[in-house]
Amino acid sequence: MDFSYTETQGMLRDTLARFLADTYDFETRKKMLLRPEGRDPGIWQALATELSILGAPFAEEHGGLGGGALENMIMMEELGKVIAVEPYLQTVVIGGGAMKRAPAAMADAVIPEIIAGNAVIAWAYAEPQGRYDLANIRTTAKADGAGFVLSGHKAVVYAAPWATHLLVTARTGGSQREREGVELFLIDASLPGIVRRDYPCVDGFQASEVYFENVAIPGDAHIPGGIDLIELLADEATMAICGEACGVSRKLHEGTLDYIKQRKQFGQPIGKFQVLQHRMADIFIEVEQIASMALMGTLKLDLPSDERKAAVSLAKAKVARSINFVGQNAIQTHGGIGITVELAIGHYFKRGTMIENQFGSADFHLGRFEDLTLAA
Amino acid sequence: MDLEFSPEDLAFRDEVRAFIAENYPAELRGKQDEGDELSKEDFLSWHKVLAKKGWVAPAWPVEYGGTGWTATQRYIWSEETARADCIRLMPFGLSMVGPVIYTFGTPEQKARFLPRILSGEDWWCQGYSEPGSGSDLASLRTKAVRDGDHYVVNGQKTWTTMAQHADWGFFLVRTDPDAKQQEGISFLLVDMKTPGIEVRPIITLGGEHEVNEVWLEDVRVPVENRVYEENKGWTCAKFLLAHERTGIAGVAASKRGIEKVKTIARAEMDGDKPLIANAFFKRKIAELEMDLTALEFTELRSLAGESAGKGPGPESSLLKIKGSEIQQRLTELTLEAVGHYGAPYFRGFGEGDNEHPIGPDYAHRAAPTYFNTRKTTIYGGSNEIQRNIIAKMVLGL
Repeated sequence: MDFSYTETQGMLRDTLARFLADTYDFETRKKMLLRPEGRDPGIWQALATELSILGAPFAEEHGGLGGGALENMIMMEELGKVIAVEPYLQTVVIGGGAMKRAPAAMADAVIPEIIAGNAVIAWAYAEPQGRYDLANIRTTAKADGAGFVLSGHKAVVYAAPWATHLLVTARTGGSQREREGVELFLIDASLPGIVRRDYPCVDGFQASEVYFENVAIPGDAHIPGGIDLIELLADEATMAICGEACGVSRKLHEGTLDYIKQRKQFGQPIGKFQVLQHRMADIFIEVEQIASMALMGTLKLDLPSDERKAAVSLAKAKVARSINFVGQNAIQTHGGIGITVELAIGHYFKRGTMIENQFGSADFHLGRFEDLTLAA
Repeated sequence: MDLEFSPEDLAFRDEVRAFIAENYPAELRGKQDEGDELSKEDFLSWHKVLAKKGWVAPAWPVEYGGTGWTATQRYIWSEETARADCIRLMPFGLSMVGPVIYTFGTPEQKARFLPRILSGEDWWCQGYSEPGSGSDLASLRTKAVRDGDHYVVNGQKTWTTMAQHADWGFFLVRTDPDAKQQEGISFLLVDMKTPGIEVRPIITLGGEHEVNEVWLEDVRVPVENRVYEENKGWTCAKFLLAHERTGIAGVAASKRGIEKVKTIARAEMDGDKPLIANAFFKRKIAELEMDLTALEFTELRSLAGESAGKGPGPESSLLKIKGSEIQQRLTELTLEAVGHYGAPYFRGFGEGDNEHPIGPDYAHRAAPTYFNTRKTTIYGGSNEIQRNIIAKMVLGL
């Protein structure tokens, strides 16, 4: 057993952390969100070309750095510390994850484009009626000659306004909630018949409702693997946002600890009050457990699917509960100032809140864990 | 002891129900249904309907314009207005400064201010908190120095709700810098149009402009606008805070909130069943109803004590703590229920913006409301302070 990071992993973290410290302070982030596109695309380009770290989780044969899920976790944790609105989760973790399992021709074409910062991928998987069930899908991909025709509506597709590619789940057969017949496709985001309605999200990201109106897509857009592959990608994404939660919650803790040392009421720093000391201790305990669960789930992503799912679900359920506690108590401890847009703390709280239910709420994941492991 | 309403009470309930159905402003109803931000005129439209009917201040003594309703009738009133989803009237005049003025004010102050609070002509705001004085309110530093017939006020207030609309504000100011903290404070009524007052917006996490900073520079306030004795303002402040806390329980509104959560959970699908059939989610609603019922009967017992002549005392801290926690839990369940559609940010309809919000109507304010409602355990004396009050005043610790 060894929980230490390699030297390369340490360098990856330091490189990214230093870059973000210089480029992603709270005031700069605010300005990024106010731009028409809701981000500064120069950041993504710099990650690709200046830092050359978008290849972190890819194989060397594709021009990557030879890492995997742990590297993604490290990146997401650092991005979480500045509540970055970069499409790393969607493009590298999910899109990249799909490409690693895609036919060689697609992988060889797309992975270098991801690493170079040219490809931005958004994952169109959720549907208005589907909640967190990945197989609850109405969008159809009907075979048509050598290709398919896509029709349907995908909900809250993060990063879609910036995307060059859409990674889409759709039905080639089966009924609305059947696992059989759900397939994955990577398509050009500018194909005729794709209609987007773009909007900002409460956590600062940009997203879209994406409508496919009889979109003709080529046959080689299909990535074989069905619902099993889709669940694997969702599990990898889930662990990536648990890593992000780790960064977000560390900042919530740090910001609150600073605040109670400085803020004076009744003639002393409020950190002298035992009730707040105990609360800070509880926040600390939850943050440490987020870190533990992020690591546990990430290290178990390679296990056989049922064990993997059980581990990821336990991790996500705990992270959801913990970040809820950390966020709410960080705000409460700040008092009124925590509810204003002026202070960073509230923005960490907002992203943390969105992480709670992203890829499944605590209830959803506890239910999945029970189904897998607690048969009567 | 009797839980049943008398025939008279039932008749009163029907009268109230019919009145609301016939007189609640249609335009206001429409905006509420759309989740639109409400303007000053919107808030006042319902206020004015009630003022005309004489029902705007049920809790006030009859001689000042109250309704003379029994405790049961007041309970029915708050139940029915919540049930019909009527907006909550702005409390600053009706529930805060009004009672202070009729309790501590001079006959001239009563004659001058109370009718205009009732009619809605004057919109009030509350100048209590300061950047350095939140939970420790008595440490406030905004000072008022006597200059002939005036006080000259300098300082800064914060978290001043709806000050952007206010005609008048009630301010706690320090009139004796040398006295022990609570003993050097006075309670002033300030015309918000007085030169030297600047109101600056504070934007909160859901994007709302509800609260403000109020800066005061050499603001001249006539001495006749001081309520009660000089340096005795803390008495008014404490009286007002206790009143504020009872209203803060918000039982009727939370009941209505639970019905809304149920409606959402019936509309949202979880697999082949509505979310309300999900055992985990259903249990959360049940637990919330349990807590709310406990709060409701605690409040009823407290109201019964009030009608027996006991004013709201430190036990109202209990109502504030549990009421605010329940309000927060409601917004949390709502956000959980709406699933993916909690994420899109929808500000409300701007001028000429007819675009429909993303996702179901009940979803688009779920996250901003959740963020915003974190305030309930902070304002009106934070829940930490409320627990201190219980420890000290009730438990004698």
